[in-house]
Amino acid sequence: MSEVSLVQAVNLALKRAMAEDPRVIVLGEDVGVDGGVFRATEGLLALYGEERVLDTPLAEAAIAGVAIGLAAQGFRPVAEIQFTGFAYSCIDQMLNHASRLRTRTCGRLTCPMVLRSPGGGGIRAIEHHSESPEAIFAHIPGLKVVIPSSAARAYGLLLSAIRDPDPVIFLEPTRLYRVSRGEVADDGAGLPLERSFILRPGTDVTLVAWGAMIRETLAAAQQLADEGIEAEVIDVATLKPLDTATILDSVARTGRLVVVQEAPLTCGFGAEIAARVAGRGLMNLVAPIERVAGYDTVMPYARTETFYMPDTARIMAGVQRVMSYA
Amino acid sequence: MTTVATFSIAFTRILAPSGELVAPLPAFAADPAELVALFRAMVLTRTFDAKAVALQRTGRLGTYASSLGQEAVAVGIGAAMRPADVLVPSFREHGAQLMRGVSAKELLLFWGGDERGNDFAGPREDFPVCVPVGSNAPHAVGVALAFRLRKEKRAVVCVVGDGATSKGDVAEALNMAGVWKVPAVFVVNNNGWAISVPLERQTAAVTLAQKAVAAGIPGEQVDGNDVIAVRSVLERVLARARDGGGPSLVEAVTYRLSDHTTADDARRYRDDAEVSRHWAEEPLVRLRTYLTQRGIWTKQDEETLLQECGRAVEEAASAYLATPPREPAAFFDHTFAALPADLAEQRAGMTAERRGEP
Ligand SMILES: Cc1ncc(C[n+]2csc(CCOP(=O)(O)OP(=O)(O)O)c2C)c(N)n1
Ligand SMILES: [Mg+2]
Repeated sequence: MSEVSLVQAVNLALKRAMAEDPRVIVLGEDVGVDGGVFRATEGLLALYGEERVLDTPLAEAAIAGVAIGLAAQGFRPVAEIQFTGFAYSCIDQMLNHASRLRTRTCGRLTCPMVLRSPGGGGIRAIEHHSESPEAIFAHIPGLKVVIPSSAARAYGLLLSAIRDPDPVIFLEPTRLYRVSRGEVADDGAGLPLERSFILRPGTDVTLVAWGAMIRETLAAAQQLADEGIEAEVIDVATLKPLDTATILDSVARTGRLVVVQEAPLTCGFGAEIAARVAGRGLMNLVAPIERVAGYDTVMPYARTETFYMPDTARIMAGVQRVMSYA
Repeated sequence: MTTVATFSIAFTRILAPSGELVAPLPAFAADPAELVALFRAMVLTRTFDAKAVALQRTGRLGTYASSLGQEAVAVGIGAAMRPADVLVPSFREHGAQLMRGVSAKELLLFWGGDERGNDFAGPREDFPVCVPVGSNAPHAVGVALAFRLRKEKRAVVCVVGDGATSKGDVAEALNMAGVWKVPAVFVVNNNGWAISVPLERQTAAVTLAQKAVAAGIPGEQVDGNDVIAVRSVLERVLARARDGGGPSLVEAVTYRLSDHTTADDARRYRDDAEVSRHWAEEPLVRLRTYLTQRGIWTKQDEETLLQECGRAVEEAASAYLATPPREPAAFFDHTFAALPADLAEQRAGMTAERRGEP
C-alpha cells in the first residue's frame, strides 16, 4: 500500500488493466512518448509498446471513432481526449455510434470502450480547459458516466470502466489530479459502477456531489460539524446509471438535500438528482432542495474562475438555507 | 521555385457503356460464370430496390434509399471482398450486403424500422447501415487496426458518398489510416449528388480520389458503372491491404438514377434530361450487351433470372411482412449488457402503464 495522487492512481489502473488483458489498447494525443500531458499514461509505452499505446494524430472525432471500431472487434480501447473542452467533437461518435451499437444490432456488435478526459476548473488553465460536460454525456442513453473524486476511487472505478462491456465516459477532475492523494493497494480490485459512496455519515442534511466538488463539500461538512450540523456526504461517482437508492435512503434519514455541482446550473446533473428526490422522497423532505452550482455563464478565465466554482462558503450558505426550515 | 510534389489520378474502365471492351479483361473474367454472377447480383439488387420502393409507396416500409443505377459499385465491392473481410457500409450498399449474406428479409426489417434487421445471421462482424453521413469512416480505421494488431490477413471496405467526403470524419479517418497503414479500403460512391447538392457545389476538387493524396495514401478512380472494373480495382487494393500494403481510396464514378430516397422528389432540383442521359450509361445494360454478344447470355436466361429474383424478393417481403414487431419493452434490453436498476424500473413502468396498471 502506498500513497499516490489521483493521476498516479489513473496510471496504476491503466497499467493493471493492460497487464491483465491484452485487449486493452490506450490511444490518444501524446499518450505515448510523452506519457500524456498530465502523465496519466506515463510508462505505458515502455511497458506495452507502440502496438498497444498509440499516439494518434490530432483528431478527436476519429479517436472516438477508431475506438468504436476496435471495440466492435473485441478490443478494449481506452481513448484519452486531452481535455474535456475538446471532447465535444466526440459527441457525434459517442452519441450516434458508441452508445447505440449494441442496441442497433441487438447485441451483435458491442462497444466496450472508455473515453477518458480530464476537465473541470481550478487549475488556472487557458480557456476551453476547464469544462464540466458531464450532464451532456449523462443525457445520452447507452453511455455510462463516471467521475472519480479520490485516488482510490479513480483506481477502482477506472478498472471497472475498462472491464465494463459497454462504453464509459470517464471524466477526471484535473484539480484533484495532484492534490488528492490516498492509499491505493494496486490489487486490481474494481469498484462497482452502479453505486454511490457515502463518504461521511450524517443525520441533519444530505450533501450530494461528485468530482472536484467532493473536496469542497467534505470541507464544508467539516466546518458544519463545528457548528453542530451533521452533514452526510455522498459521492455520486457514477452519474449514469445513477444509484438513486443511496441518495433517497439518505434523504429519508436527513430530510434535507443540497446538491453541489461545478457545472452550470440549468439542466445540470443536479437537476436530475433533485427531480428524483422530489419524485420519490418529497414526503421525507422538510426543506426545499437546494442546488449549489456553477452559473449559466461561460466558464470565466483563470482570474475569476474561483468566483464561478462553488466553494466551501457557498456550500455552507446552501446548507444554512435548508437548515432554516424547522 | 521547384516542384516538391505532383499527383495524378488514374481512371479504370474495362467495359464501355456500349458493351465494348476498352481494356483487357482481368483474370477472373476468363470464367464466363464469374461475369454472369456479377450480372445476376446486379439484377437481384435492382429487383430488391424496386420491391423496397413499392413497399414504401404502399405504406409497408419506411423511407428507403434506392441504389438504382449504382448496382455495380455495391456488387463490385461484394464480389471483391472475402467473407473474412468486414464491410462498413453507408446506406446504399444493399447489393454488397446481399452478396455478403445479409438476407433480403433482414434488409427489409431494417428499412421497415426493426432493429433485428441489423442482427445479421450472415456476416456477423459487418457494420450496419450508417445514417450519419461519413461518421462510419473512423470505424473502418478501428476495425482495420484490430486486424493489424491481431496480424490477420483481412481488410475492411468502408463506403461513403460524394457528399460525405466533405465531412471532417472522413478526412480524419483517411489521415489516420495513412499514418497507421491499416488494411482499410475507402470507396467513395460518387453518384453526383448529395440529395439536391451536385458535386460541383460539394467540392472544388477535380476528383474525389485526390482526397487520398492529402492523406498520403493511394487514390484512384474507377468507372462505377462498370462492375468488372470495380471488382478488379477493388480486388487489387484489397489484396494490397491484406498483405500489409496499407489503405487506399477508390472513387467509383456512378450516377444516382433514383430520387435520393423515397422521401425525396429529385425533379425539384435536377433536370430530367440529365437523368435520361445517364440511363445510357447504367451498369446492367452494358454487361448484358457484352454477355449477349459473346453468346454467354440469352433472352431466356434473362427471363428466368428475372423470375428467380422476383420470387426471391417476394418471398423475403412476405417473410418481412409476416414478422410481428418486437415486444416493445425489448428496446430497453440492449441498451447495456445488463439492465441497470434505474432502467429496469423504467422498463417495468412502461410495461405496467401499457397494462393499464397505476
Ligand atoms: C451528418 C449528416 N448530415 C446530413 C444528413 C442528411 N442526409 C442524408 S443523406 C445526405 C446526402 C448524402 O450524400 P452522399 O454522401 O453523396 O451520399 P448519397 O446519398 O448520394 O449516397 C444527407 C444530407 C445525414 N444523414 N447525416
Ligand atoms: Mg452522393
